[in-house]
This record gives sequence, structure tokens and C-alpha cells, in this order.
Amino acid sequence: MLDRPVKPGDDTDQEETAVNTTTTSHYPVAPTAQKIEAHTLCCLVDNEPGVLARVIGLFSGRGYNIDSLTVSETEHQKHLSRITIVTRGTPMVIEQIKNQLDRLVPIHRVIDMTLAGPAIERELAMVKVAGKGQARVEALQLAEAFRARIIDTTTESFVFEVTGSTDKIESFINLMIPLGLVEVSRTGVVAIGRGPEGM
Amino acid sequence: MTREMTGAEMVIEALADQGVEHIFGYPGGAVLPIYDALFQQSKVKHVLVRHEQGAAHAAEGYARSTGKVAALLVTSGPGATNAVTGLADALMDSIPIVCITGQVPTHLIGNDAFQECDTVGITRPCTKHNYLVKDIADLPRVLHEAFYVAGSGRPGPVVIDIPKDIQFAKGMYFKPNEFPHKGYKPRMKGDLDKIKQAVEMMKHAKRPVFYTGGGIINSGPKASKLLRELVKLTGFPITSTLMGLGAFPAADPQWLGMLGMHGTWESNWAMHDCDLMICIGARFDDRITGRIDAFSPGSKKIHVDIDPSSINKNVHVDVPIVGDCTHVLEDMLAAWRSSPGGPDKAALGSWWKQIEKWRARKSLAYKSSTEVIKPQYAIERLFALTKDRDTYITTEVGQHQMWAAQFYQFQEPHRWMTSGGLGTMGYGVPAAVGVQMAHPNSLVIDIAGEASVLMTLQEMSTAVQYRLPIKIFILNNQYMGMVRQWQELLHGGRYSESYSEALPDFVKMAEAYHAHGIRCDKPGDLDRAIMEMIETPKPVIFDCVVDPAENCFPMIPSGRAHNEMLLGDAAESLEDAITEEGKMLV
Repeated sequence: MLDRPVKPGDDTDQEETAVNTTTTSHYPVAPTAQKIEAHTLCCLVDNEPGVLARVIGLFSGRGYNIDSLTVSETEHQKHLSRITIVTRGTPMVIEQIKNQLDRLVPIHRVIDMTLAGPAIERELAMVKVAGKGQARVEALQLAEAFRARIIDTTTESFVFEVTGSTDKIESFINLMIPLGLVEVSRTGVVAIGRGPEGM
Repeated sequence: MTREMTGAEMVIEALADQGVEHIFGYPGGAVLPIYDALFQQSKVKHVLVRHEQGAAHAAEGYARSTGKVAALLVTSGPGATNAVTGLADALMDSIPIVCITGQVPTHLIGNDAFQECDTVGITRPCTKHNYLVKDIADLPRVLHEAFYVAGSGRPGPVVIDIPKDIQFAKGMYFKPNEFPHKGYKPRMKGDLDKIKQAVEMMKHAKRPVFYTGGGIINSGPKASKLLRELVKLTGFPITSTLMGLGAFPAADPQWLGMLGMHGTWESNWAMHDCDLMICIGARFDDRITGRIDAFSPGSKKIHVDIDPSSINKNVHVDVPIVGDCTHVLEDMLAAWRSSPGGPDKAALGSWWKQIEKWRARKSLAYKSSTEVIKPQYAIERLFALTKDRDTYITTEVGQHQMWAAQFYQFQEPHRWMTSGGLGTMGYGVPAAVGVQMAHPNSLVIDIAGEASVLMTLQEMSTAVQYRLPIKIFILNNQYMGMVRQWQELLHGGRYSESYSEALPDFVKMAEAYHAHGIRCDKPGDLDRAIMEMIETPKPVIFDCVVDPAENCFPMIPSGRAHNEMLLGDAAESLEDAITEEGKMLV
């Protein structure tokens, strides 16, 4: 009962288009992938109940990635919060994420720190290391090299506070693993642009 | 000027101040205070539906046919969850509605109270914005803000969740003011430089085409007027998506027909072969583009949209213009008139000749019959007998919806109400109720399929109660037609669960609802039966028994591009070659 499909390019000078594998889905096939990049976005939002759920719901609902997220109220009088999100995707997806965030009613502004110009990113980690003898000494020396502060000590453990770029935090933690790393508590990335202008 | 009143009274007052005349709803424990306030006034009229989904779709039909923000009122828990389908539908099709839901008292929120659900959590992804009011002092601001958010920028549904104790609480009400929201200010006027650039490209285009969509309808009747002016001035061909039908008159020779998965041969070929695509108020949906990497490969694209997130979402465009269609069209017309030169008349002449060749394929042709009613014939006769009347058409979802879009010619905007983005079966009957409520003296017809209509048929009671003489025109082919078509073409004819088993007798069903029932199964009787339907001053269910074997063509199957359309065998064929694709499919 199916009717013959008409050969493409019958009336005009059209070259044969490449035949895509016929899918059985009533949706088009996925486009070929572009390069995936990590971007850091800063959003200025109204600090109202549910606004964080809205942003996270947007990411999860549309299948975008959240590598890290931090949020805090930064302007108490105007009740504005700043959300810093590290996400990854192709350039077209990153553009979509920014536009979708901008579309949310409580969002005031979205800046892509990765594209906006020189920016600084920092993370903070509290690292608990337990050990005795040589390992303990080694841990202390490494902490000094990383300019980590000691915020808790017992005769058999330390808790170090270290701030820096994500790479620096990662290296510190990796070095502590053979020296008796117990646990780590990390914030996500916060970012700010260089220079005198604000967001 | 402020006045003290209860939360429930504030709701009614705000509805009246926002120009709402009708509100669709269903009562329940958590909204009793609002219903009490409704009872004691007469500014806002309540329309009792029979299922909250019906309230949402009725509000959508009301909003789309009038251009106003419509309202609905449902209770907590199951009331709110029943409305979710309608809210998601409004979000996909950008329809401005405000949904007020009741909620359990604030001290019981989160306690698994009776008829409690996390309305704001559930509706967050399916609304444009939503609010939970926990303080009576916030209620007036939230009510007015909700209407502003629903109707401005890209319209959409907004939910206001009001706990019962807030409805009882007393507070100070104030009227809407000029600055409804400090942060949300959508961009209305397009970038003039980009508009001038677009007009320059239009003046030099050799094979241009206008691709318009629901954004023109949402922008208001002025946008349609300006669009017609621009199309006449340029002489370019124009096509439209499902949601944009009516913005440009279908009777005009520059109209190519709907484009997309079930669009006409000439419109899809024109989109594929054009060198300049001017997209106004449409969003390059996957039903339109087909295979994206083969979508209109040689063309430059201008995209006018009020929502920046729709631009460059699926398809890369060359000249993006963010703004409201009305403002941008005004600026485009001014730029066209004030810049030198005109369209490339010689090139346009050859382009139109090519388009005429495509038109000659008669892609919408079907084999007529004197024995059995063809669904396309039914729509054609319906159109012929209603075109000179004040008619509004709603539809359900499926093959009948596509045939209605192909064969019913729309000359004016706001006459066509259908569920495009979400494709909700059961949309048509309640939407017809909403449209008839807004236009009591017009002819409102729901072109339906028998499977879809069973989903929300209970709204016939609403139609009978409020004396809304809606006409439910069922194209009864005893299958879920569109599902069956896909199963036939792509799943080897395995008709899994797409047969409409145990159908009710629709004529008896109409009579059970105290409406009028008509059945017709012979083409010769069709005209007389349609006239009976039109002239009956009551709601009517018309069971039009049609040929079950008809498939909806043209069709761009999955994974195909615009120039790989399938045509029905009634269309003029060029050659008998069965291609490789054909062998795979047959």
C-alpha cells in the first residue's frame, strides 16, 4: 500500500543527496558532534525561594552538564545572588545554555567568564590527612609548598585549608593520597573578571 | 489606591483589573475561599469544566482566539496535576495563560497533607514562570506580575500557587502599576542595522521565500497586516508552519501552502532550493527542518524572533534579529521603502516559474470515491460550506489535524487553534469550549479523530451547560491514524495498539449528553449532513465515517531532507523509477 517515493532532484538540477540510514524514529538523527569545551558562567539572580531549583532544573531538563556550582547572596539590600556554574558542551550548546538561562524570569544577567576576557577562578578545599612519623612530616612540607593553612591538628592528623585554581587543588589532593588522605570537602569554582568593571 | 480585603477577594479583583471576563475551573477544598468570593460577585464569570485538563485547554483556546491572557482556577493536588498537560501544551505553543492553583495551608506544606502536591516543583519545567505565595503582602504584586509575565515577550503559562490560609488572610490590595517586574524586560524593537542588512539581502535575492510561524499570531493582528503588506510589496513566495496558518491568506497566489513534515511539495522544495530564507516568528522546529545537515543547504537565513534562545538553536542563521514581529515588520517595511532599488524582478520571474512547476505536481491530490468518504474530501466540503461564515477551527492531533491544515484554507489569524508543539490529543473539544465562550455568536468546529476525542469528550457537558453550540466533526477511521501510518511505513505494518477497539456509538453519545448527534458515511450525503450540523443551534457530535486506508501525504519521513518527500500515488508522477530508498521501504 506504500506509495513509491519520488526520486530526489527530479525537477531541478539537484545532485543526489547522501542517503542517511533510515531511522525508525519519528525524530531526526543527531547531528555530528563539534568540539566540547568547558565554560564558566556567572549569573546574577533574584534571591527568591526556588531560583536555584529553577536553574538546576533547566540544566537537568535540557541535558546540560554541571561540573561545579556555587551560589551565595552577594548583594543583601537588593536580594541578589550570584551563581557560578562550570559547564561543558559544544559552542552551539553553550550559546543555548546562556540564552535559556537569560530567558528565566528571575535571572538578571548571564556572563560567560571563559569568553568575556581575563578572569580569575578559585576554589577552596578542606583536606583531612591522618598519619604518623615520616608521612606526617612529608604532608606538612607539601602543605607549606602549596601555601595551605593548617586549620586543625591532632597528634595524628591535620586538616589543611587550601585555595587556588582547580588544577592546584587537584594536585594537592593527589599528593596527599599516599600520605593518609581521609576526606576532602570542596566548594565549587567561583569566578570574577579582572579590571575595574563589575558584572 | 489600596484597599483591605482577603486573599480570595484579591484574586477576583486582580482578574477583573487585568481584563479577565471568564475563568475556567473546577472547585476543590483548597480553593473554596476563592469560589466563595466568585459566588458573591459578577464581574468575572466562571465556566465549570468537567476535568482540569479541559480548563487548561479551554483557556488556551480562549487566549489564542482573542489574543488576551486567559485564566483558569484549579484546586490543589490532583487538580493541579490534571492541569499539567495543558500547561506544558501552552508552554510549547507559547500561549499566554495564568493558572491559579489552590494549595494546603502554609503550615502543612511539606507534610504530605490531604490533596497536597509540590505544585511549584512539578510545574517548574512546564511553565514560563511560577509562584508560591507564602505571605499575603506578596499576593497583589504576584497576581499582576503573573499576567505581565504570561503576556509579554514570548507568551507562556504562569502558575500562582496560593495556600488556603493566604486566601483567608487579610491584606492591602493595590491595582496594577506601570512597572510590573523590575528584572524581566523582553526586547521588542529589533536592531535597526540588522534589519537594514536583511532588507538589502532581500533586494538582491534571486530565490527568496518567507517562512512564518506562530510568532506572527502571538504578536497580534497588526503583525499579520504588516506581513501581508511586506509580502505584497516584495512579491516573494510565502509559506507557514502549522501554528502560523491564517497570518497570510491561503487564497492568495503567493501562498505556497504549509511546509514541513506534511507540507506541500512546492513549499518544501522552495525552502530547500531558496537562496534567502526570511524566517519571521518561527523556530526551525524538527517537523519543519527534517534532516538538519541537509536543510536548505545553499541559503542565507534571516531569523526574526522575540526569544533569543530560539535563534541558532537548531539551525545556524546569518542575520538574527531579536524583537517583536510587529515592530520588526514595521521597520522592515520602512527600510524597504526608503532604500533604493527593488526586488530582482527577472530572477523572481524564473523562481515563480519553477514554483509553478512544483505546484503542478498537485501534491495534495487524493483518489476520490463515490462509495466511501475520503477524509480530505470531508475537510474540503466542510471548508466550502463554512468559508463565508464567522468560523473558528480547533483540532485534535493526528492525521485529521494534518488534513485540516492542508485542506481548510485560513484567510485570517486567530481562527485556527491546534496543539502543535506538544501534540496533545484531547485538545480540540475543550479548546472549542474556550473559543465559543469568547465568541458566542460564531461557528466553532472541532475537527477531531475518534481516538483523540474520547480523551476529553466529557467537556460536552460544559458545552451543554453554557449553551455553547460547538460542533465536533469526527473523522472516524477506526484507527489512531498517524500512529498507524508510521507503523505501516516504518514498522513493517505491525499495527500495535493503534486500532480503535470498542468505539462508542457517537450519535447515542451525543444524545446522552443532551446534544445532537449526526452520522454520515456516504459522500453523497455529506453536504446535507454538514448543513444540518451548522444549522443545529445546539452542540453537535458529527460522526463522519471515512476511509480507514488513507495516509497523509506529502510526508518527509525521519532522517530525510526536504527534497526527499514521499508523495501519495494520486499526485502527478514523473517516472516509474523505484529508488534504493523505495526498495528499502516497500
